[in-house]
Amino acid sequence: MLHKKFLPLYVTSLLFALLFLAGSIQFENFGTLRVFMNLFTDNAFLIIVAIGMTFVILSGGIDLSVGSTIALSGVIIGVLLEAGWHPLPAFAVVLVLGTLFGAVMGAIIHYYQLQPFIVTLAGMFFARGLSSVISEESIPIMHEFYDDVAMFGFELPGGAWLGSSTIIALTVLVLAVMLANFTRFGGRVYGLGGDTHSAALMGVPIARTTIAVYALSSFLAALAGIVFSFYTFSGYSLAAVGVELDAIAAVVIGGTLLTGGYGYVVGTLFGVLIMGVVQTYISFDGTLSSWWTKIVIGLLLFIFIAMQRFLVRR
Amino acid sequence: MTTDNTLLALRGVDKVFPGVKALNGVDFTLRKGEIHALLGENGAGKSTLIKVMTGVYRRDGGQIVLADDEISPANTGEAQNLGISTVYQEVNLLPNLSVAQNLYLGREPMRFGLIHWRKMNRDARELLAGYDLDIDVTAPLTTYSVAIQQLIAIARGVAMSAKVLILDEPTASLDADEVASLFNIMRELRDKGIGIVFVTHFLDQVYAVCDRITILRNGTLVGEYDAATLTQQQLVSHMLGKELEKAVHEKVDHAEEQNREKLLEVHSASSDVLQPLNVSVCAGQVVGLAGLLGSGRTELCRLVFGLDAVKEGEVKLSGNPIKFTNTRQAVLAGMGLCPEDRKRDGIFGPMSIRENMIMALQNKRGWWRYIPMKKQRELAEHYVKALRIATSDIEKPINQLSGGNQQKVILARWLASEPHLLLLDEPTRGIDVGAHAEIIQLIRKLCEDGLGLLVASSELEELVEFADKVVVMRDRRKVAEVSGSDISQQNIMQAIAGQ
Repeated sequence: MLHKKFLPLYVTSLLFALLFLAGSIQFENFGTLRVFMNLFTDNAFLIIVAIGMTFVILSGGIDLSVGSTIALSGVIIGVLLEAGWHPLPAFAVVLVLGTLFGAVMGAIIHYYQLQPFIVTLAGMFFARGLSSVISEESIPIMHEFYDDVAMFGFELPGGAWLGSSTIIALTVLVLAVMLANFTRFGGRVYGLGGDTHSAALMGVPIARTTIAVYALSSFLAALAGIVFSFYTFSGYSLAAVGVELDAIAAVVIGGTLLTGGYGYVVGTLFGVLIMGVVQTYISFDGTLSSWWTKIVIGLLLFIFIAMQRFLVRR
Repeated sequence: MTTDNTLLALRGVDKVFPGVKALNGVDFTLRKGEIHALLGENGAGKSTLIKVMTGVYRRDGGQIVLADDEISPANTGEAQNLGISTVYQEVNLLPNLSVAQNLYLGREPMRFGLIHWRKMNRDARELLAGYDLDIDVTAPLTTYSVAIQQLIAIARGVAMSAKVLILDEPTASLDADEVASLFNIMRELRDKGIGIVFVTHFLDQVYAVCDRITILRNGTLVGEYDAATLTQQQLVSHMLGKELEKAVHEKVDHAEEQNREKLLEVHSASSDVLQPLNVSVCAGQVVGLAGLLGSGRTELCRLVFGLDAVKEGEVKLSGNPIKFTNTRQAVLAGMGLCPEDRKRDGIFGPMSIRENMIMALQNKRGWWRYIPMKKQRELAEHYVKALRIATSDIEKPINQLSGGNQQKVILARWLASEPHLLLLDEPTRGIDVGAHAEIIQLIRKLCEDGLGLLVASSELEELVEFADKVVVMRDRRKVAEVSGSDISQQNIMQAIAGQ
């Protein structure tokens, strides 16, 4: 079913395929399952955050606090493990706190009718500041459980690796797709982004939905913080600076309209993968500065926003 | 009210807003299987009444009885669950969702805890087939015309087990064919026993489709009538609250048109929403624009001011054809427009009286030629005195003034730009009696100073008072022109009613 409304999704996935193909033709060892799977391993936390961001943007909002929430989660885990906690209860604490943090931001946005931009900007400073207050130094994480989880995974053909963080990210993806497109909650989120006033008249519970969307985003940011700590084995207050912007970029490149109401969670996955493949391409090339990644992503963003403008006008 | 088939009954409903009694003991009875028109001019209380019925507002007194049970819906969702659905003029559905989703939002068919898309789309197709609509229900709502969207909104309302369907100006943006097919659907629904409340400004449509008519004026009930026995003339006089027979002649001849310089000439000009018409305004002449709401008065002002494009014909200012592509050109050509919706289109709420006043002049000069603060103050002080604007300070934010004083500030804004032609769209709307008289005096005085004025108003009394000529509009075309001593409330009203 080639439907017009899936057009941005086709464009994004096609673009990813083309970029991957270009890399494969140019470099030996690029077009392998191993490189492909590494895109997931390296960007698992970004996929998780960007999925949360997708819901927020679909509902017509924005969440600038997610990068700081990742850092704060890492720092809290680090401190709790230092105090002798087992990682699992520490994770539970972080996820609950994250969810509450998002719910409070959502409630402030809804009940005081404030701009999500400002509220989550405040949330960003708050979380970043709090993590620095807890510990300015990077806290190394050493725990058997961490080693086990980080090592866990399945060997795939060609030396490719399906690791625990990839499994978590893909699970989140599947659940998110179901939540967005196969539950009433999903319909409400789209409705909110389409026209809040109409949605209210059609009986959508605006308050509950808004709060849930930000709670979900912060929950996923906290989860991304956990996954990120598996990657870095530390909790650091200055980690994941600017990740909120990477997440927004991935969502937009993934074909979701920044004004809300249009877009798909799967698109966001491709958005992250495109950013990842550009980075891989540049590291394979070896001569280019890694800052070229930013330039290419800037260009892509620009192209996608221009394309969206065109699609909306039609 | 004793009839057995009463579906929805409002008894003595009151609604008070700070300073205004929007509804005063209003009765309204809707029977099963009827189309009931709810009529009244702007501010009559129609929309307040509808909002009370649908739970947007809470009533302050009286009863609402739906099928023998007293109800007090707290929000639209609750009203919908009780069986009262509303379809608004601007379709309140979600443009980004598919047709099927719009039909079933909030009550999607589920399977295994997930939305059963296939069943939902199938149900949607079947539902719409009942309305002779065969469309792709998976496509986003925006891909369809307003008429189809409206039918979808109606289908949603009815499918949510509506007993009462309120249609709030559903025909305003439909063409004749679309209106006809909407009426067919309305009749079918009526025959199924649904009670339909129909709000419209098109009197022909009232007679085309309605069984009974309830008329409101100034928040009170004028009466409930059978459509078959109420003549159009009676209807108009009930709405406007004037007895046709008793209208007073008090017009003095003011301008002999032939001898004067023609300031504005509209030569069989039309726009997207206006039929071709001729109107002329001379210097030192007040031309009134009469007609019911939606008759095209505002549209004519917009056309002259260059807000709507001229489709055919031409508009001349002082003998020169004009074609404005933006309003600044109109301002430079010596025009000013006081818009109908003062709050939305007229004032800059949080800005001061002074800032609001110099806006047009500054715009005329261009932003690079800043008006010195001293000059701005002088100007503001001058007009505050000249127009007797009641304020302690010219630096007060304009939204702290009363409606009448706001209107005077906007008039001052244009006067400061020294226009030749002023377009005033409902200049006395929502203004208290004292300020009302002052504005009318001001209109006369400006006219004596040699300005040309085109004034749209729904108050016949004031038109008779200040106009040298009255252009009567109906259904977006000019239907009559009365001038000089022929100007009387009776003549205007007859022209509005089409007799």
